[in-house]
Parts: sequence; structure tokens; C-alpha cells
Amino acid sequence: MDLYEYQGKSYLARFGIPVGRGTIAESVEAAVAAADELGYPVALKAQVTTGGRGKAGGVRVAADPAEAASHAEAILGLVIKGHSVKRLWVETAAEIAHEYYLGFTLDRAAKLHLAMVSARGGVDIEDVAEKDPGAIARLEINPLDGLPASDAQTLASAAGIGAEACEGVADVILRLYRCYIEGDADLVEINPLIVTTSGEVRALDAKVTLDDEAAFRHPEWSEFAEAEPDDPRERAARAKGLSYVSLDGSVGIIANGAGLAMSTLDVVSQAGGAAANFLDIGGAANAEAMTDALEVINSDAKVRAILVNVFGGIVRCDDVARGILEALGRVQLASPIVVRLDGTHAAAAHALLEPHLSERLVMEPTMLAAARRAVDLAAGAGR
Amino acid sequence: MSIFADETTLVVVQGLTGSQGSFHGLRNLAYGTKVVAGVTPGKGGGSLEGIPIFDSVAEAVAATGANASFVAVPRLGAPGAVLEAAAAGIALVVCITEHIPAKDEALLYNRLRREYPGCRLIGPNSPGLISPGKCNIGITAGEIALPGGPVGIVSRSGTLTYQALHELSQQGVGQTTCVGIGGDRVPGTSFTDVLAAFEDDPETAAVMLIGEIGGSDEELAARFIAESMTKPVVAYIAGVTAPPGRTMGHAGAIVSGHAGTAQAKIAALEACGARVARNPSEAGELMVRVVRGLA
Repeated sequence: MDLYEYQGKSYLARFGIPVGRGTIAESVEAAVAAADELGYPVALKAQVTTGGRGKAGGVRVAADPAEAASHAEAILGLVIKGHSVKRLWVETAAEIAHEYYLGFTLDRAAKLHLAMVSARGGVDIEDVAEKDPGAIARLEINPLDGLPASDAQTLASAAGIGAEACEGVADVILRLYRCYIEGDADLVEINPLIVTTSGEVRALDAKVTLDDEAAFRHPEWSEFAEAEPDDPRERAARAKGLSYVSLDGSVGIIANGAGLAMSTLDVVSQAGGAAANFLDIGGAANAEAMTDALEVINSDAKVRAILVNVFGGIVRCDDVARGILEALGRVQLASPIVVRLDGTHAAAAHALLEPHLSERLVMEPTMLAAARRAVDLAAGAGR
Repeated sequence: MSIFADETTLVVVQGLTGSQGSFHGLRNLAYGTKVVAGVTPGKGGGSLEGIPIFDSVAEAVAATGANASFVAVPRLGAPGAVLEAAAAGIALVVCITEHIPAKDEALLYNRLRREYPGCRLIGPNSPGLISPGKCNIGITAGEIALPGGPVGIVSRSGTLTYQALHELSQQGVGQTTCVGIGGDRVPGTSFTDVLAAFEDDPETAAVMLIGEIGGSDEELAARFIAESMTKPVVAYIAGVTAPPGRTMGHAGAIVSGHAGTAQAKIAALEACGARVARNPSEAGELMVRVVRGLA
């Protein structure tokens, strides 16, 4: 789960990392009231879980109420990389003397945690990594050993952070590591971490991605429910325990297993179409799961054809065929459905489906043939 | 021959009395796997379908000589179960448990490496390991595999692996061993580890590698293929059309920033001499041609 900036800051604050004072606002009036309360100048910042909001005009500083109102109005109407801005974070503007970068994530190749610190904060760190990799100090951390205070100091100085700020920054590095580990985050980034003209250190931005697999041991994460997906189908699918991602195409996909589902998306693309979604129905692929999956896909107006791609290993294809027929009895589908069942008991499954085949229920023997048929049907139905 | 497990492998199932453990453990037994023991703390002294149950892995090892473990324990207990097996001297642990937090996996991986370097962990979130006709540990349906080699399979996915097994078996091409390393972020065993074992296995003549978006394990595998492999490799990478920043089912299947795209992985593998297929059927066909060419 990607947290919004304001949620990320509250998460950092739990671990004692200094953040600015601010308020969340969902309207121009609320933003101006928040700014009046905080005192000018204030920063108004679009709350979206994507990068590049500064370049898109999503971050502005206001010197007075009139400016706060006009900025709030402009930002609340923005769409940044497909994310419409619904909330603003209003924060006391800081007088910045220095901007740094701090981040922790997993180095999947080394299977160790990775700390990154740079004195070149406030810009896209991937750009820095590409053009000037030497400007980022890195340290791999074995979770068995943790991060000793002396290493945090060494990191800060290796990154070229001035002696006067080193101690404060090292303290934030240690706290951020705790937030990353104990907070079960996949990624924590402070960019920038600033030192103000009066020498205070604070996180001016926060990017936190929580590990969904660890949600069971973090009841406090329920306060981040606003970071749940905007897409109503993604919310519905999540509630039903389905692994679903909404996409832009017109072929609805149901497959068993994440790898096969991804592969199905690719094969639809090779057949000249585009998938409307990723949906892994999981190991069971029974009538309940099939009904849930078909309901979610059927509610998607983009969908012009549905492709069910199941490979039976432990799960028997005849059971899946029964599940599909039962689900079709429960859900009135708006689109034709193409079924490909292969693997254990495939012949029995084909015999079960045979009497029910029509223009609306089509069977194909291979993944590629099924994808081609679904793409054709999706194109035809659009005419 | 085969890698990691064969007809001499003696398997203890940790969690044999649970729903997953009994379902898959007994299927593995029915396949012909030498399932010699089960472990469920507090149920020692009992038995299931003639398999003796012990309170601890150490007791199971002492009584039966088990040398491999199948961990079918819920996620809260799974890392501890793997470490218990390692401490009892088990050399191969296959863990099918899903949804283990990444921090716990990183800790487990590093503890194994430091304290029990002789123990190989496959998984977590592994679909299992099968050496057809000899030993099946995990959730693979044994019927879709064909004994006799000469193809070794290594994969991050479950159903895509079954698809690959099926395509080859239907064409009469057998497998030496099929290893599902799992789709999580910190797998105990990587592509490179399995490729090295296949390279050393005299009966494996060619290898099929099934990867997906996320991480850099396929890129590392490509480098290994270029530098250290003499056997032909056919690869397939899922997720060419996956959008960045969205997790595609597996915790590890995510394109983040510039890293982990299918395109980068395909390019790396092709540059290292692997034949890369565009879809699973094509991978099967390519491998059949490779194997017939070797004969």
C-alpha cells in the first residue's frame, strides 16, 4: 500500500522523525482556513500516490489568503498521471538551507536491506543514480546485524553532508531504519530531508510503501484506509479476496495463478488486443470464486469479451467447468465469454461445457487460440 | 539423475496434520515420495495414514533418518519451522507457505546463510520441487510430469510451471527435476543456484527458465548462462504488458522505477544466448525442438 504524503509523515512521526505542522483539506475553503490557522507563508501540496507532482504544478507556496484560495482551486482540479487530486496537505512553509535524500528499501539481488543517503536532495533520485551515482552513499545492511549508530554517522558524512548537520541527519537515519523495519515498509524515502535556516532538521516530504503481507500485525494501519485504491472494482475485488488490478483494455481476464494471469495479459496483447484487468482467481477456481470474479469483471463497462484461462494441476478442470456453469447461472453477463481449460481432467471439462456452447460461451483448446477469439469478440462487440 | 531430491530422499512434513500438510503430504506419498515422518508439536506419538508423527524435527530425524522437509505451516510459524528443520540437520527444505512479510523472509534467508549454510531452502511460496518418478515435494500435480529427462525446469510461478510441464509431457519430452523457487521477494533459492545444479547434473541436457517481472534474478541468471552454462536454455518471461508500480499477484512481481521490466529481462537473456519465447506454448515448442536437436 502506497501512503499519501500526509499519512507517510504521520508514520514517520511515530518513530520520532520531525515533520512539519499541517492539516489536510478537501476544499478551497478548508484549505484557506487551514492556512489562516497555520500562519503564512504556507505550502499547498497535492496528495497523490505518484511522483512528479511538483512538475505538474501540484505544489505551491501562498503568501496570503487570496493566494491560498487561488492555489487551492488550481491544485484541486489537477489530474497527475491519472490520479485526480482530491486532497491538499497545507503545511507551514519552511526556510530551507539544505536539502538531503534518505531512503531504505530491500536490495533483492543481495537479499539485504539497502540504505541510500545523498546530499543532493529535492530532485528525482533515480536521475541522480543514473547521472551521478557517486552522489549517493549506499550501505547494505544485514538484518541480523541491524544498523549501528556509527554506520549512520559514516553514511551521513560519506554522502557529503556538512559536519554541522551530520549528527541530526544520522539520528533521522537511525529512526528511519526503525520505521522501515519495525514499521514493515517496503520503501521509506524522505526527499527532501531539510535543514532550515535556523538549523532544524525535518522531513519535508515522505514516501512510504507498506508491505501488504504484514498488515495482519499492524492494526494501526486501518487509519490509512484512504490510501485504498480509488477504483471501485479494485476495492470490491479486494473485499472478495481476489487479486485484481484494473487496466485499460477491453478483454476481461480470469486466470488461476499470478504467473498464468500475467501471461494471459501478454498473450491477449500479442493477439492484437488489450486486457481490461489482471485477475488471479487463486488455487480453488470453484463456483464461489468464479462467481465473484465474473461479477467484478461484469461491472466493468470497458469489457467487451471475457477470457477464462485455467490450467488444472491439483484443481480439476471438470470442477472448474461446473463452477463456470454454476456462476453463469448466477451472473447475467454483458459480454461473451471464451473458456480455455487444460490440464487435469480437461476432456471431462470439455464434455461438460459442450452442450452449453453458443455465441456467448465459446471454448478454445489453447491459450493463444482463446486469446485470439476473445480479442475478435471484443472488437466485434464494439461495432 | 535429478537435482536436490531423488528416490533416496526421505521427507518429513512439518504441519502434516494441518489441512494443507495432510492434503499435499498424502498426495506426495501417493506419488511415491518417501514421506517418512510428520511433525506437529503436541501430536507426537500419533500417526496419519501410517506416517508417524513427532513433536519436533530433531526427533523425526533421529527416528527416521529424514533428510528433507516439506514445510506446510501457516505464515506465523513458517520461518521458525524452516529454522527448526535446518537446526535438525535437514539439507533441503521446501516451503509452500504464502504471504510471509518481506522483513521476515529477509531475516530467515540471512539467518540460514550465516548459521546453517548447508541447508537449502526452496521458497517460501514455492509450488514445490518434483523429480518425476522419484520424489514430489509440494503442491505440483505429479501426473502432469514425465519421468526420464532430459529437461530441467526452474520457475517463479506455479500454474505457468504446470503449463510448461504439461506442454513438454504431451510432446513426450520428460523432465529431470522441476523447481518452483516461488514468487516472493526473498526466495531461499535463486534461478542461478538452480541453473548451476542443472549444469552439473549429467542427465539434464537442457533447461527451461520461467521468469516474471520484478527484481533482477533473471538478469543475474542471464549473466550465469553466459559465463558458466554449456547447456541450452529456453526462457519465458511473463508480464510484458504489466504496468509499472502495480503488484501482479506475486509479492515479487512488480516493476518499480526502471527496474524489473520484462523487456529488460528478455533483452538480458537473449544477449546471453538463451532462446526466449513469447508465450508458454512457444516455450514448449522451442524446447521440444532443442531436445530433438540434441538427440
